[in-house]
Amino acid sequence: MNGSALEETQRTVERVARESYGRLVAYLSANTHNVAAAEDALSEALLKALRVWPLDGLPQNPEAWLLTAARNSIIDLIRHQRVVSGSEPTLLSLTKPPTEMNWATEFPDERLKLLFVCAHPAIDPAMHTPLMLQTVLGLDAARIAGAFLISPKTMGQRLVRAKIKIRDGGIRFEIPEKRELPTRLDAVLQAIYAAFGIGWDDMAGIDQRGRDLAEEAIWLARVLLQLITDEPEVRGLLALMLYCESRRAARRGAGRDYIPLSEQDPKQWSLPSIEEAERHLAEAFLQGRIGRFQLEAAIQSVHAERVRTGRTEWPAVARFYEQLVRISPAVGTRTGYAAAVAESNGPEAGLELLDDIEAESVSAYQPYWAVRAHLLQKLGKTAEASNAYDRAIGLAEDPAVREFLLQKRG
Amino acid sequence: MQFALLIYESPQGFAVRSNDGSDSYTAAWRAYYKAMEEAGIYVGGDPLQVPETGTTVRIKDGKRYVQDGPYADTKEQLGGFTILELPSLDAALDWAARCPAASIGVVEVRPLAPAMKDRIVRS
Repeated sequence: MNGSALEETQRTVERVARESYGRLVAYLSANTHNVAAAEDALSEALLKALRVWPLDGLPQNPEAWLLTAARNSIIDLIRHQRVVSGSEPTLLSLTKPPTEMNWATEFPDERLKLLFVCAHPAIDPAMHTPLMLQTVLGLDAARIAGAFLISPKTMGQRLVRAKIKIRDGGIRFEIPEKRELPTRLDAVLQAIYAAFGIGWDDMAGIDQRGRDLAEEAIWLARVLLQLITDEPEVRGLLALMLYCESRRAARRGAGRDYIPLSEQDPKQWSLPSIEEAERHLAEAFLQGRIGRFQLEAAIQSVHAERVRTGRTEWPAVARFYEQLVRISPAVGTRTGYAAAVAESNGPEAGLELLDDIEAESVSAYQPYWAVRAHLLQKLGKTAEASNAYDRAIGLAEDPAVREFLLQKRG
Repeated sequence: MQFALLIYESPQGFAVRSNDGSDSYTAAWRAYYKAMEEAGIYVGGDPLQVPETGTTVRIKDGKRYVQDGPYADTKEQLGGFTILELPSLDAALDWAARCPAASIGVVEVRPLAPAMKDRIVRS
């Protein structure tokens, strides 16, 4: 066999793994609840594909081929562990003759159930995002650990523990009932947004690792949208991430210095991303049920308008923030609201809103101090401003942000 | 619980020490100390003099071996430490990430082991 055929096989395996990983893991684990076994079986199948395909040629339906190979290795595994009572029905469900289901073209997409399992309230919330990244997207523990700033070993152990909980904890692979759906869906959306947030904060896209994770989060949201089309918050989340993503390139200057939103050049924003975000947000609004992610996306849409009008409609930003504070009065939201009010009604008004936030909740919250410093400086309260700048600088993680604030403090 | 942030400075980080304190690295450190104190988590700590001032002592076969300088021949050298009172490792990692040295050197986070000390001191 020649080198190019081998390369082509590798590329095909990578592509199929990328596109079908979550579908295959979800389908293989939906009955057994054994996500770890499904993942092991699938990686074995992928290795086998790398061996066999170059010799036999690519199968007509690579996904079905992988499914059959993985299914067989799970059946072997279960036969091996016969001891486990109650594994019989599982075995039966897996050994259903292929004639009952047309393997070549269709098998049920269970990814939505898997997403709900990953973000189940019985699972440690800190593990929702890592579980999704691993089981639905196939990211390895080392890469996830890198994004979460913990050691690969620790992340590996936590993932194993979470999967044991899924296997033995009686968590059902199902779509939650209507009355539970909003809260359960919110956990899924939050986990996806958390992945995006890590990618976003991470040195603002200078680091390839961070950018990758933001892209993975957008991918996850797209998968979710394919599976749930009638929940406006899913589109809201996707729109929000696309708006933010559209500005990635504009966040750094030539010397990689930090450029805040208000000083960014809109010509550097990605129009296709903005337009796609607008379509999703408009469609979400049509469904007439507002939510946190739609409001956050709406705020970003006002900022995005600057690409056409050259100015920011701050009162509109403040109005959306006001609604957002009513649904989710988190420190971040209230800080954003104060900043928007300051822009539309003057720094005193913004400062008043900042003063209303409990001191304890902001002692380690960097954006609060950055906004506070900015407003105090505008009001000419130099000493207080410099004090607030120090807090903001001391709490900053990103060296470019730190440098930016040091310059502003003067 | 208490955590030590062990700060490994790069040569660049050490070089700044001879400046007059108006540079941005020192200013970042000043702000960082302030943020820790205002957050009410700062327990103690200090910078260490440059690695070249270090001396190591070892007893081998009953004989005292004194050597100039620290052992490790890595690029980053221990440059100081900070002790913080925090609820969790996650919180400690957040503070380590904010440390100015984390962007040019490396910061190691280690929980203190007071129980160990108790065991030693009590017996």
